[in-house]
Amino acid sequence: MDGQTSTVTPDGRTIGGVVMEMRNITLRFGGVIAIKDISFDVRHGEIRAIIGPNGAGKSSMLNVISGFYNPQEGEVWYKGEKRKPMKPYQVARQGIARTFQNIALFDGMTVLDNIMTGRLNHMKASILDQAIWWGRAEREEVANRQKAEEVIDFLEIQSIRKTPVGRLPYGLKKRVELARALVAEPEILLLDEPMAGMNVEEKEDMCRFILDVNDEFGTTIVLIEHDMGVVMDISDRVVVMDYGKKIGDGVPDEVRNNPDVIDAYLGVAHD
Amino acid sequence: MPDQLLFAMEVSLNGLMTGIMYALVALGFVLIYKASGIFNYSQGVMALFAAMTLVGIQEGRVPFSHLINSIFGTHITEFGFEVPALLAILLTVAVMIAFALFVQKFVFRHLVGQEPIILFMATIGLAYFLEGVSDLMWGSEIRQLDVGLPQGINGAIDNATFEALGYGFFIDNLDISAAIIAAILVAVLIAFAQYTKQGRAMRAVADDHQAALSVGISLNYVWILVWSLAGIVALVAGVMWGSKSGVQFSLSLIALKALPVLMLGGFTSIPGAIIGGLIIGMGEALFEFVVSSNDLFGAWFGFTFSATENWFAYVLALAFLVFRPQGLFGERIIERV
Repeated sequence: MDGQTSTVTPDGRTIGGVVMEMRNITLRFGGVIAIKDISFDVRHGEIRAIIGPNGAGKSSMLNVISGFYNPQEGEVWYKGEKRKPMKPYQVARQGIARTFQNIALFDGMTVLDNIMTGRLNHMKASILDQAIWWGRAEREEVANRQKAEEVIDFLEIQSIRKTPVGRLPYGLKKRVELARALVAEPEILLLDEPMAGMNVEEKEDMCRFILDVNDEFGTTIVLIEHDMGVVMDISDRVVVMDYGKKIGDGVPDEVRNNPDVIDAYLGVAHD
Repeated sequence: MPDQLLFAMEVSLNGLMTGIMYALVALGFVLIYKASGIFNYSQGVMALFAAMTLVGIQEGRVPFSHLINSIFGTHITEFGFEVPALLAILLTVAVMIAFALFVQKFVFRHLVGQEPIILFMATIGLAYFLEGVSDLMWGSEIRQLDVGLPQGINGAIDNATFEALGYGFFIDNLDISAAIIAAILVAVLIAFAQYTKQGRAMRAVADDHQAALSVGISLNYVWILVWSLAGIVALVAGVMWGSKSGVQFSLSLIALKALPVLMLGGFTSIPGAIIGGLIIGMGEALFEFVVSSNDLFGAWFGFTFSATENWFAYVLALAFLVFRPQGLFGERIIERV
């Protein structure tokens, strides 16, 4: 893979040029270095995984991409432009949607309302248009509702769309959160441990959804995951982190055989 | 005794009307609490400030005239023209929005992520600051506020009830307007929160900051919006109370009457604020009617109470706190374990 040219994967998906690039990112919290000089790129249409043991800095990396943290050093390049330090909502408006490790949903709202918040940035009608419910406001609401229903069908959560999110079990909450991110029609979808705490069946479902999203909508996906087996199965390329440093980067088979990665995961005596 | 019954009905009706006035104040609290988790102690002072600004603009008085005169030795107090009520209201709305921007930029933006108690303390500070500003800006005299709302006893109701029941109900026109305005205000606020983009963003922020950010909502924008809305609600409350009892500094104390309303209705529910206001208003009027009456309470117990409306609302609220701490309509705290 050389950078700009498109390639076609064995299962027939097209992977395009680089859409996002992290250059020499360093993130510190006081004296603690969470991320140390990490660079990697994300190509259009691929599933890019970030893996590593606990405390490796994976979530911090995702938070850098989504603007929740601004790195002290390094540059984030998005669609060929260097990104200024940004607030999370600005990043979201650029077409980068995300989910959270500990699920951040609007518990007081129904599933449908939660998903509709994902469309907020697709609403351009002014407050006056909305007040008289005419023309643009109505068209937009109908279009947004349609998109929301599409995603609801896609993720198979029709039966719970009027249920307040606070009442749902964990696995379904994760799915609703994915739906909310997806309905924004993001350029890049960031998933922070989408399968954490799930049973085998739920994990299989989630895997299928992630692959389908990538396949059907062509969404670029960056995901963090603990479960090595899952990651190796679904991702195109993998970044491996350990103690804030990058110790491996490449297609799953390369990474699997990388001695540093094996050390980090299986443990090795350092003396 | 039918006379007593009719009288009690009239008292209840008037109590309901007063309750709506309480609810108007409580609404402002609910708005801010829902969207930012801040209990805004300064809501009452905001109503005072809004009413004073409205009167000041209407009468064409120069803001900060005392200050300007004492610095420059001039004697300006008035521009010499009067501003029509509608224009004055619009200008006051603009002032309240400017106040919202100020509050967000200089106070709450710097307190993001702080404990609720710290935010609460900040609003106490804000209340005193705003009270001082109102005084400095418009002086401390009692003003008559008249924006053209009908005043006095409603003759039609008086006549109609007299003909039908043989007893005329005295209902103040101002109270009737307050009820209509409150109904419109609540309908608009609920429609705004439920069906507009901004309202949805507001509810999202109220629920979870992190999630709101991740879908592209600017917290700053939503908070300015919420404080502006609270300012406008404060203006409505200020106009109604100001028309009723004149614009004066005791106006800021109406906030204290909103507290029991909130405890009853729940801090997070707009309809709750209205129902809470109605219950408190009618409850205290009826209670006062019964316990101060020589024919009823006095006949049974040999003594009567008076001025119970000073404390009745608080006792009722206390009782509610014991049995239903989240209020009638407050959000049930659902916790999965």
